[in-house]
Amino acid sequence: MVNDSSQRPSPEQLLAQIQLEERRERRGKLKVFLGYAAGVGKSFQMLDEGRRRRERGEDVVVCATQPQYPAEIQAILPRLEVIPALKTGESESIDVPAVIRRHPQVALIDGLAYDNPTGSPNAYRWRDVEQLLEAGISVITTVNLQYLEKLRDEVERITGKRAPYSIPRGFLDSSADEIVVVDAPAIESLLHGATPADRAARLAEQHKLSRLRELALLVAASVVDHQLESYLRSHGVDQPWGVQERILVCVTPRSNAAEMLESGRRNADRFQGEFYVAYVQQPALSQEDRAILQQNLDYARKLGAQVEILSGLDAVDALLKFAHQKGITQIFIGHSMREGGWRRLWSNQVDRLIHSAEGIDVVVYPH
Amino acid sequence: MSSSIHINRDEEQTYGQSGRSQLKVFLGYAAGVGKTYRMLEEAQQLKRQGKDIAVGYFEPHGRKDTIAKAAGLELIPRRIVAYRGGTFQEMDTTAILSRRPATCVVDELAHTNVPGSERSKRWEDVQVLLDAGIDVMTSMNIQHLESLNDQVFQITGIRVRETVPDWFVKSAAEVVMVDATTGALLNRLKRGNIYAAEKAQRAMENFFKESNLTALRELALRQTAHELELREIASASEERRPQQEPSSASPSSPKATIDRILVYVCADASTAMLIRRGRRMADYLGADCFAVSVIPLRDHSRLPKQDRDAVAKHLNFARNLHVETRILEGDDAAETIVDFARRNQITQILLSRRNHSSWSRLFGTDLILRIVKEAKDIRVIIVSERRRSNYTPAHK
Repeated sequence: MVNDSSQRPSPEQLLAQIQLEERRERRGKLKVFLGYAAGVGKSFQMLDEGRRRRERGEDVVVCATQPQYPAEIQAILPRLEVIPALKTGESESIDVPAVIRRHPQVALIDGLAYDNPTGSPNAYRWRDVEQLLEAGISVITTVNLQYLEKLRDEVERITGKRAPYSIPRGFLDSSADEIVVVDAPAIESLLHGATPADRAARLAEQHKLSRLRELALLVAASVVDHQLESYLRSHGVDQPWGVQERILVCVTPRSNAAEMLESGRRNADRFQGEFYVAYVQQPALSQEDRAILQQNLDYARKLGAQVEILSGLDAVDALLKFAHQKGITQIFIGHSMREGGWRRLWSNQVDRLIHSAEGIDVVVYPH
Repeated sequence: MSSSIHINRDEEQTYGQSGRSQLKVFLGYAAGVGKTYRMLEEAQQLKRQGKDIAVGYFEPHGRKDTIAKAAGLELIPRRIVAYRGGTFQEMDTTAILSRRPATCVVDELAHTNVPGSERSKRWEDVQVLLDAGIDVMTSMNIQHLESLNDQVFQITGIRVRETVPDWFVKSAAEVVMVDATTGALLNRLKRGNIYAAEKAQRAMENFFKESNLTALRELALRQTAHELELREIASASEERRPQQEPSSASPSSPKATIDRILVYVCADASTAMLIRRGRRMADYLGADCFAVSVIPLRDHSRLPKQDRDAVAKHLNFARNLHVETRILEGDDAAETIVDFARRNQITQILLSRRNHSSWSRLFGTDLILRIVKEAKDIRVIIVSERRRSNYTPAHK
């Protein structure tokens, strides 16, 4: 049971919130163009945005570029001011002191995931960016999926390769105000890289790129989902609301839990949704029933469900109350397998649940 | 007991297959995210590569940057159409066909042509171009996708009238997301880059609310990921086909058993939503989908005319979404449906919670509960219209 006063922030929390907001206001804003491979058009989109901002009168400066650009980008660069990077042998790094002295409103940095040459004040480029943000300069930058520490394992599973650099988990979560996904078909990004000669290798490569592309889209979607939730919370809407599916599987000692649980898991995965399993406490369970129930709940936990034991005089009320609290979109229930009077009681409960679950889909599973 | 008197088998289109020519869809989540700009940028690149490209239709909306992007591209003049004392400009499909570029840019796929046009929807014009072997690049917003119509209504409270059927988008070789942050979009709107000032103000109070835009953006990202996944699955099975491998040989096969979905069609207005859900589920699961209605045995006139018309309309809608339709005869709807489901190895039955028409009164009130009771061996899904509800528990 959620207590209303527990949702109201304490004075300390409010103060911390205000300090955070003040700090945020002084800080520059970070906008990240996220792509899944080289050649999807991140640099173009970023530099073109810089050009448009400059034409609108914003003070925009380019602080880091990539070594080679196609014609459409070369057409933009002359229309932007560039602060040359520092060169150390083959590698380049941002001239942070020069940028801070020049103090533009917006710094464009093509390629966030670089290590700085040894001996640089900051070992990583993302630390340079942090420094610029702290100095009140907004940064627009580009990054590929595989350089995010958060996604390294997943990317490695797809590509079999581990990226040499990484942006730490916390950096994007806490610093990035905006994230934009740069999407393009895998076949097009393939044309930019070294294209494998034989057809099978090419198809395999295209398949890998497609999976990375899907990952980029879903990562962006989940970032957006968090934004939506915090927006709604800050506007006093506490009910989870959006495009995510939230699935609640109701188990009883005798429901065919395995099929429902597996299906719930699959559905939640497919829709990138949340997956809950609930059991409403019943009095006087036989030992056998308790064992089966335990087995079902263990299996639910194994499948990664958030398991809730509910109590209440009325099972249907308890389930629906929980469902509305969590913003459940689908309830899975099973026909009971039990014979006799209890079955009639259960089927009566199923009927009532169907009747009362306004706004929620009810999925009744066969034996 | 029941007999099937109407069979409609649409030819199923597979993902990314639209004959020889290719369709590429730029998908956005609102006006102003930069779909047209991106499409024209790509057209310019193709032109630089020496490709034969023409713009069949583009909507500048007075946006300076977009207009600049079109410079140097061949524009095929629009057709001027007179209607009810006004003049309208439409894409000139005939002129495009006679010009016959290799690739044609067509903005605003969901557009409805002015009455009296040869085809009522722009996507139908695009189909004609594709059939003629012309590649098409086009743009649309997520809220115009037919199967998401209910979800978009639930998010925004706005019922989008102009829709593009999912099977058409499905036929595209590529669906590309054109992303922008909601903050950037709102700034563009405030600067007057999207609409004129007065319209912009109205837009911000309605559709362009930040929460709406954020939810639509998420929807568009997920839909693009989903479209990509469908194409991956299709191309993977395409790859397997030549070797005649049994499907069970692939461990990553998305489903072990073939699902068959039945959507119960009645006169109730919620049936349209149900059909969309069925279509969407079938796409996700790679399942067969049937839209089935039941009419009283022998004496069809026992149904009020307006109900018969509504059912006919729903069945027609199902056919438009490439869902197979069946009309069954039977005096007991629940029994007829369950009987049909058993004989056709249906694995899931979709029913709508709102079912209070004279139709259901005619067949007895609680069709849902009876089907749940009868079809114990089949999964029954009772679909709700997604709205925020005010549930009050009976026991405090």
